[in-house]
Amino acid sequence: MAKSDGSKANRRPPGIYLDNQATTPTDPRVVEAMLPFFTERFGNPHSSAHAFGWDAEEAVEQAREQLAALIGASPREVIFTSGATESNNLAIKGAARFHRERRPQVVTLASEHKCVLESARQLEREGHRVDILPVGADGLVDLDLLARTVTEETAVVSIMAVNNEIGVIQPVAGIAAICREKGAYFHCDAAQAVGKLPLDVAALGIDLLSISGHKFYGPKGIGALYVRRRPRVRLEPLIDGGGQERGLRSGTLATPLCVGLGAAAAIAAAEMESESARISALKTRLLEGIRKRLSGVALNGHATLRIAGNLNLAFEGVDAEALMRAMPGLAVSSGSACTSTAVEPSYVLRALGLQEARARSSIRLAVGRFNTEAEIDATVEELAAQVARLRREGSAAAE
Amino acid sequence: MTVYLDYNATAPIRPAALAAMTAALAAPGNASSVHGPGRRARRLVEAARAQVAALVNADPAWVVFTSGGTEANNHALAGLPAARILISAGEHDSLRQAAPTAQRIPLTPDGVVNLDALAAMLKDAPAGCLVSVMLANNETGVIQPIAEVVALARAAGAWVHCDAVQAAGKIPLDMQALGIDLLSLSAHKLGGPPGVGALLARPELPLQPLLRGGGQERRRRAGTENLPGIAGFGAAAEMALEDLPVFEKLGELLQHFEREIKMLAPEVKVFGAAVARLPNTACVALAGLPAETQLMALDLAGVAVSSGAACSSGKVQPSHVLAAMGASAEEAGAAIRVSLGWASVPGDIDCLLAAWGDLYRRSQAA
Repeated sequence: MAKSDGSKANRRPPGIYLDNQATTPTDPRVVEAMLPFFTERFGNPHSSAHAFGWDAEEAVEQAREQLAALIGASPREVIFTSGATESNNLAIKGAARFHRERRPQVVTLASEHKCVLESARQLEREGHRVDILPVGADGLVDLDLLARTVTEETAVVSIMAVNNEIGVIQPVAGIAAICREKGAYFHCDAAQAVGKLPLDVAALGIDLLSISGHKFYGPKGIGALYVRRRPRVRLEPLIDGGGQERGLRSGTLATPLCVGLGAAAAIAAAEMESESARISALKTRLLEGIRKRLSGVALNGHATLRIAGNLNLAFEGVDAEALMRAMPGLAVSSGSACTSTAVEPSYVLRALGLQEARARSSIRLAVGRFNTEAEIDATVEELAAQVARLRREGSAAAE
Repeated sequence: MTVYLDYNATAPIRPAALAAMTAALAAPGNASSVHGPGRRARRLVEAARAQVAALVNADPAWVVFTSGGTEANNHALAGLPAARILISAGEHDSLRQAAPTAQRIPLTPDGVVNLDALAAMLKDAPAGCLVSVMLANNETGVIQPIAEVVALARAAGAWVHCDAVQAAGKIPLDMQALGIDLLSLSAHKLGGPPGVGALLARPELPLQPLLRGGGQERRRRAGTENLPGIAGFGAAAEMALEDLPVFEKLGELLQHFEREIKMLAPEVKVFGAAVARLPNTACVALAGLPAETQLMALDLAGVAVSSGAACSSGKVQPSHVLAAMGASAEEAGAAIRVSLGWASVPGDIDCLLAAWGDLYRRSQAA
């Protein structure tokens, strides 16, 4: 290792995880709920011939109810998938392909998750008309522009509830109203919102909603897509076969993962309010601590319309990659996890109109369920020390 | 105590797989994150990739982790720019439904893909076709002549996809020696966790992703890696490879079952009896004794078997596999599938034979 981390190593916070928007630790209560379905209750939920199968099916249906209850849906409107990437692919490609004749247009935002943008680009290659709208400097959609873009030829508008990098909350009800007026489906990628914000698909007017298990303390490898039944939303499936999940998603359901997702939903429903207040307080403590110790720190994205746990901060004059390398005991990120193996500035931050230098000096700190005040305080210390050191070294190098 | 003889539907998890999975559940990282937890997650994924590749003697770089066998099969068919798709008439629904317009290669009455028919179909086919033939059938256990299929396909300039979901971990399998281009696996069929599988694809193939998004799995499959699932899959694959001799032994148990059931009722038909089959699968029928009656009686006696494939057993329709073998509707409607696995013991077969014998005697008396 480099010499620089030698003498200070003992002051470094040991293994603090502040990357809860990349993935969350699985809640021990979720693990406990899942484990029996790996072992003694291992049946295939589609085996209709024996008790092993019936037991598994019952568990899957209970999980479906728990998840539906969290988002105000009916259980029959919940389709289990392998995760939000699949849900987003299925919603966008499935809706656009089903309606390709009369509604060849797809509308989304420049700051959406990669899997939404890549699905849209694939549709463009297939001959669909794709409009990727800019966002404001605060990261929010321009509703007037959206209203001018959505037409009677729009199959689906895909806009996320909460951004994965900057945490801003989009005006979901307003978007839904615009879609409704033109008869377009509104697909909402809620991977970063579910379990963190109250969401009611019926009240909000959402037609398709993507859910990820591992973003709210559930297991990896499972997600869901809410598909409205009244009026019925029509999709072309991506994965065909045994006809499971009402023909929209074939494949043996992973019972333990469904059970885990259901348990995560039940915990979130019961604890969301108190947890949100607690995380919000930790986030404020983190931000105030950093601001007290450092100048030249800017918040990316809207200041208040954002989820409780997210901070996306630019440290003026500091390279985010160097900063992260200097803090090996602190797990944070620059850019979204899926792209962070490629060192390129975040396209989401660039979509806000931020200069490349600012994008390259930004990191995301995502506070979650299991973080403590002590961890927040240690993070402030570490960040303050390393940012100050990098700035000193940077200005020394410049002289 | 219930006796589970439905391993081809799903297998209970192997202890080693459970241990690997629970260890991974305790690790918080996203394998695509660059920090410490992310890198530790990445190492687990890469170790599992090597274990899965070793099971079928493939290069680890060929392994694309998916959500299961169904996704892998769909990906194989949708991902290549095939001029035409040819699948055997006995393929799993995840191939049949994904390629409803594919040409169907007929089966012989023994359940083996008809190589003469395939040769004739390939003769008329354009270059750049995709031939998909499973390694072993999920309902009958019949093993397909993949080396011959590959030879015919190669000569015609066609790619070969092989659904090895039911064969992997039950018989030795060498993807490189067989010359297979694409191969599908499912973890839960070999004692790994449900919700994870793999498509193995040679890197030179122009394979497009089915799920698009982040650049995971060498840009062939987007989505955050299912770390515990993948770790469990790796451990299960390693154990399955080690346990191949155990499966060979299961073959003796299965032969014992087939001998005994024929002693009870000589008119019982064993599908694919004359050809090579998996050591764990028997599909038997007694014309006139409906499968539903047998399943109910066996379930009451605490023995779990199935009729046809689990995914379609909710619907009362005769098996397309048995139909393709020329079975009558009555025969197909009387077929039950017995499938053994890593935790099966001789006593399981004794229970099955006792329960089945009771039912048979009652049906004869009636």
